[in-house]
Amino acid sequence: MSEATLERGLKAFREQMNAPIASFFSSCVNCGMCAEACLFYTETGDPKYTPINKLEPFRRIWEQEYTLWGRVKSWLGLSQPVDDELLEAWEPLVYDGCTLCGRCSMVCPVGNDISYMIRCAREGFVAAGYAPDGMKNASRRAVTIGSPMGVKFPALAAQIKHVEADTGLTIPVDVEGVDYMALLSSMEIMNFPEYMAALARIFKQVGITWTLCSEAFEATNSGIQIGSSDIAKELVNRIVVAAERLKVKYVISPECGHAYTAIRWEGPNLIGRPYNFKVVHILELLEELRSSGRLKTEGYEDARLTFHDPCQIVRKGGVLEQPRHLLNMVASDFVEMNDHREMNWCCGGGGGVSAIERAEALRLKVFKRKKSQLEELNVDTLVTACANCRLIIEEGLEEYRMEIPVVGLTEMIAEHLVGDEKNE
Amino acid sequence: MSTPVDFLLWVRGPGFDIALVVFIIGILIRLLEVLILGRKPDYAEPRGGELGAGLRTLLTRTLPEPGTFKRSPFTVVGGYIWHIGFFISLFLFVPHIELIDATIGLSWPGIASNLVDAVAAVTLVTLVAMLFSRLTHPVKRLLSGPEDYLSWLVTFLPVMTGYLAYHRMIDPYPLVLGLHILSVEILMVVFPFTKLMHAFTFIIARWYNGAMAGRRGVQS
Amino acid sequence: MAETGKGMGKTLAQSLRESGVSRRGFLKFCTATASMMALPPSMAPAIAQALGKAKRPSVIWLSFQECTGCTESLTRSHSPTVENLIFDYISLDYHHTLQVAAGEGAEAAREAAMRENKGQYIVVVDGSIPLGNPGYSAIAGISNLQMLEETVAGAAAVVAVGTCAAFGGLPHAKPNPTGAVSVSEIVKDKPVVNVSGCPPIPTVITGVLAHFLTFGSLPELDALGRPMAFFGKSIHDRCYRRPFYDKGLYAETFDDEGARKGWCLYRLGCKGPMAYNACATAKWNRGTSWPVESGHGCLGCSEPDFWDAGGFYNALSIPDSDITRQAVYVAGAGVALGAVAGAVNRSKQARAREEHEPVTIDDLDKRP
Repeated sequence: MSEATLERGLKAFREQMNAPIASFFSSCVNCGMCAEACLFYTETGDPKYTPINKLEPFRRIWEQEYTLWGRVKSWLGLSQPVDDELLEAWEPLVYDGCTLCGRCSMVCPVGNDISYMIRCAREGFVAAGYAPDGMKNASRRAVTIGSPMGVKFPALAAQIKHVEADTGLTIPVDVEGVDYMALLSSMEIMNFPEYMAALARIFKQVGITWTLCSEAFEATNSGIQIGSSDIAKELVNRIVVAAERLKVKYVISPECGHAYTAIRWEGPNLIGRPYNFKVVHILELLEELRSSGRLKTEGYEDARLTFHDPCQIVRKGGVLEQPRHLLNMVASDFVEMNDHREMNWCCGGGGGVSAIERAEALRLKVFKRKKSQLEELNVDTLVTACANCRLIIEEGLEEYRMEIPVVGLTEMIAEHLVGDEKNE
Repeated sequence: MSTPVDFLLWVRGPGFDIALVVFIIGILIRLLEVLILGRKPDYAEPRGGELGAGLRTLLTRTLPEPGTFKRSPFTVVGGYIWHIGFFISLFLFVPHIELIDATIGLSWPGIASNLVDAVAAVTLVTLVAMLFSRLTHPVKRLLSGPEDYLSWLVTFLPVMTGYLAYHRMIDPYPLVLGLHILSVEILMVVFPFTKLMHAFTFIIARWYNGAMAGRRGVQS
Repeated sequence: MAETGKGMGKTLAQSLRESGVSRRGFLKFCTATASMMALPPSMAPAIAQALGKAKRPSVIWLSFQECTGCTESLTRSHSPTVENLIFDYISLDYHHTLQVAAGEGAEAAREAAMRENKGQYIVVVDGSIPLGNPGYSAIAGISNLQMLEETVAGAAAVVAVGTCAAFGGLPHAKPNPTGAVSVSEIVKDKPVVNVSGCPPIPTVITGVLAHFLTFGSLPELDALGRPMAFFGKSIHDRCYRRPFYDKGLYAETFDDEGARKGWCLYRLGCKGPMAYNACATAKWNRGTSWPVESGHGCLGCSEPDFWDAGGFYNALSIPDSDITRQAVYVAGAGVALGAVAGAVNRSKQARAREEHEPVTIDDLDKRP
């Protein structure tokens, strides 16, 4: 059995270095403005959570090994090493204290994409053995069982039966040659099966052929979160193999933030080639159906509601307008948060933070940012499009005793389908 | 005979040559050691173009994101004032324009010397305030190391000695003019080896930021 | 010219009266002298009194590597002035350009003056002293260095007149073929007053002599040994065109609108900001004009190494460097070195990628 070592970690840092990262480190003047964009700093006031500070180990590798002057400083013995002690001290900052939400990357005056750098830096941390146990275990379950929450296909099959019974519709599994293959997140399977029901009803109405795959139903990717491209590749590859075997034209990424990043943006680079299919986010697909007139809804939600932008879908995924159009289709009183769209604040549980048990107190503390955003609006309902955000927000609202239901956008659309059996 | 005039002649002659050579070679090394690293091809199907988005971000990052501005107005406003003040003093003072004209053959109209003087005074005060902020703000204090303070010093000195020279506060004039030129030469020599390089690399950084986001359909 | 020892008994006041200068004219000169030396006007009577009683000092004028411009400056005034009379009054016992005697007779006059006024005479020097080879400049077979050392030995004070004597001047300019040096580099044990300028302003020369006559001492000097009263402020500080500099209004050629309107000459190479002299107030040719007023920038002739301080028509801020002509080579070197640095980075990155060991779920932990 091999093991994680400092040397492997250092190699991983070296391997991650590229022109963008070198230009980012070269440009940072330590102005500290990224701190003001990070909810871990704004809610705790602790300067150690300043985004660029989280990159100190990676920065040292860059300076000492990738700059002329840094090499001279190293020869002169003027550099501080990257050792186990440093990585151990920084692990809680890089994992517990960063949701990879990317808000800092939007405000840096010199243009540093800090969350991208943290994503890359995690490669070094995980290779050196400094990743939180919660995330290590999630990765182990994802690789061995097929899902970070340990959900196996029989569990999904049981949920499918329930949904089929509820809706009276068939949930297709392992059907070859259909247009769409849908993915789910474990959380949707276990906590929000309504999503699956919503898909079935919507696709029935618009006449889309689709399937689930018994060998690759899990959309989430613990490898992306822990920061191991190797593990991420293994998990993505299952989906790619399944989709190409079933000869589908599209793979639908579910209401899960990092799953979209994993399958849509990182996946082709992890396997080193473009896909033979396209990846669409469920909201992208719904909006396409809406604008082409195929998706028809009736009635409006009366409740005053707002939309929480999942970071990976909106800011880092580019699905910005779609949720707005869809919401306006079914909501009469939709209000935007003060910071919204690509500048919305993270729920506090993204980037794998929700899998870190020891980070719970910190996570609830930083939730105060979302809490105050909601308090400003006085809404009845919160709509979002990420199962992880949804769970984290529900926990947060419960902690702070706020009675605001959290709803998935896809389900909300499904509730308003024209001619749907349920509405008849 | 070692007189202030000898000193002035040295900084205007060999000193300037050394500084310019280190500056040019240093900057080229730093830029190339960044750019040659390159990046891997991106196989994900793009939603938007990189070039335009990168260029837009290059421009739009000049203005602060409104929420962040509200949260750190001092850093933003102070940063603007001294950067603009520094560039006005550097590029619109007629003696400096003469220098640039003689060095690279480009020339443009200057502004009134006493206006530059006022701008330089504001720049100096702002730079001191920025240093104070760096020493007291918990985030900046945590982040800052010797290199940050060195960068501040070598930026501050040319403005300060320029101000002293303009007002002839040190006698004789060749001495204070020589000190001013020397301080600029120190800035030029230190420049490529510190985060002062951001004055060039921010173009690359902003472009990559905008391009990577633009590829995903987001204007960053 | 005064013969050796002649008239040593007469006071300055007597001498001036004999030359037809009225009491009123004399007092006017004293007031002007007070003002030139930055003394309050109330000092004028004291100056008059002191000068009135002053005895004729013996002056030995040594000319070394020079062009006689300094002497010209002092003697070629259009009409007799009190300055000239002061100059006439002193007992100029040796000046090989002006004296009638020549050869051994001239040298004998110098030796006699040195002997008779030992410890009290003033040595005025114009021109620099060659140290490269004594034969470069010699008078009556005596090298400049030897004559200076000999003459200064018994002097009360030395006045280095002109930039050559004060700072080496033109002979000292690169590459300084004669190894020229200034007076103060040789004379270390006597007070030396530098009256620099190429040439110096006549009033300044006589002002220094008047000060010596009045107070029996040398005036306050700046760091370069120049009288503060005349060299305390720069040309730029006293320039009547200074407001144009402040407003950013510059002549860009000698015949443009700015030049006609009398705007600042900085861009045309005026060295006024670094030149310390009294031209702007004392002016030349009996107060007629001075270089900047005539439309030409100051050359900075009263400063050390002014010949080597960049072109006369280059702005003061322009580096005295031709490296920019080599810029292509410098940039080429930068690109080459940058390519090497980039290649080193690239190979480090490539090696790390080659040596990549995939991370699996079996090696997420460190072995305890």
